[in-house]
Amino acid sequence: MTALIQMFSYHFMQRALIVGVLVSLCAALLGVSLVLKRYSMIGDGLSHVGFGALAVASALNLAPLAVAVPVVVLAAILLLRLRQSAAVKGDAAIAMISSSALAIGVISLSLSTGMNTEVSSYLFGSVLSLSRGDAVFSILLSLAVIALFVLFYPRIFAVTFDESFSRATGTKTELFNTLLAVLTAITVVLGMRMMGALLISSLIIFPALSAMRICRSFKAVVLTAACISVLCFLTGLLASYFLETPTGASIVVADLLAYGICRVAGRK
Amino acid sequence: MAILECKDLCFAYEGKRVLEGVNFSLNAGDYLCVVGENGSGKSTLIKGLLGLKAPEQGSITLSDGLKATEIGYLPQQTQVQRDFPASVYEVVLSGCLNSLGSKLFYTKELKQRAMENMERMGIEEIKDESYQNLSGGQQQRVLLARALCATKKLLLLDEPVTGLDPIASGEMYNLIKLINLCDNISVIMVSHDIHEAVRYATHILHLGHSQLFFGTAAEYRQSSLARRFLGGGQI
Repeated sequence: MTALIQMFSYHFMQRALIVGVLVSLCAALLGVSLVLKRYSMIGDGLSHVGFGALAVASALNLAPLAVAVPVVVLAAILLLRLRQSAAVKGDAAIAMISSSALAIGVISLSLSTGMNTEVSSYLFGSVLSLSRGDAVFSILLSLAVIALFVLFYPRIFAVTFDESFSRATGTKTELFNTLLAVLTAITVVLGMRMMGALLISSLIIFPALSAMRICRSFKAVVLTAACISVLCFLTGLLASYFLETPTGASIVVADLLAYGICRVAGRK
Repeated sequence: MAILECKDLCFAYEGKRVLEGVNFSLNAGDYLCVVGENGSGKSTLIKGLLGLKAPEQGSITLSDGLKATEIGYLPQQTQVQRDFPASVYEVVLSGCLNSLGSKLFYTKELKQRAMENMERMGIEEIKDESYQNLSGGQQQRVLLARALCATKKLLLLDEPVTGLDPIASGEMYNLIKLINLCDNISVIMVSHDIHEAVRYATHILHLGHSQLFFGTAAEYRQSSLARRFLGGGQI
């Protein structure tokens, strides 16, 4: 208990805790729709774009989140458009964009600070990377993501389940797909400082997949995914503090374990 | 009284006409079956009726207070839906989306409407079951209940019996006919199953890039077109 109190006496741990819980919630809520709409890879692609944007921002000495959020939001909209066009197939487009962004990021980092621990903290995340300003910004944005998701829940469900029916009955499906992509983009950027560019997409995908193993209704899946996500985040954060393992990776392992448990529990 | 009238309708993709010369009208209570081979323009006509594709020429007039967004549409199932974790109730309720207007959440009346339509389809007992665990026939009933939530006047069914076994198909056809007769809801059904179409429908629209036939089912049965089509293609 005293160890816990000591752990959260550090300011960076308090920030990590608050931002982490909120981002885990966002990721889980959006993840359900993304996984069901077969958009999982978009999260992965966006995280690489986020890495590129953060690297360029730090090379130019700009505020990291203020650069990364708009860039990744634009990339998300672009990816959605590309998915609909026949010129480049969706998965190929994602692969193309994500590796290009990664390459640009690595080059700009090596030109400015050299390939050092900075790169590793971008790729695999670090709880130390959140500044006070970042934390406030993250909290506001993730609250906005959660609020939008809750307010548009009936419409998000309808568009996720059946786009043709929703469009036919007058729902602007384009708008909600874009909303989903934009919210995902914001979540990815917020989460990647802590989780790392290579691990953030698991935060989106794992809780949804775990919840789908054990739940029957959409609402139950969404709520369960949110709980699993936050629980796994807390487990991962504690484990990383006490076992001195990397935070992002610990959270992913916690998610993997949760998925295993749900898989077994769901097999009746 | 006509609730839907198509006049000299043409549809084109990138300047290439895929369907032309469509002229028909639908009265309240009619049961119209749209038949034709693959690629004859049936899906294009559906998109046009739903207002998702603008005609290149001609007009679609909806009257008697019917709006394009108030057509009870039953689309073909996608792979995503077959393993979608949603309860029957959630799916049916999502049919009320077009009555939501500017409201964010479903009201008590809309929830009541979803319950009534589940009762109509005989699926109220499985309302908490997961959609993905249902049989093909039950899934179609759920989607039909959802379509009924969206409309009071017109159902538009896109191949509603595809993939169903003969018993489930028969039940589905009877259910649709029942709704048509008892609730006086007009039906437009796109179907490959020409024999059943002629049996249940009051009117037939036969497409083949243009309108080959429109008239009552009885007239259609006498036509040479029907004899060729009903015979399965041999001449």
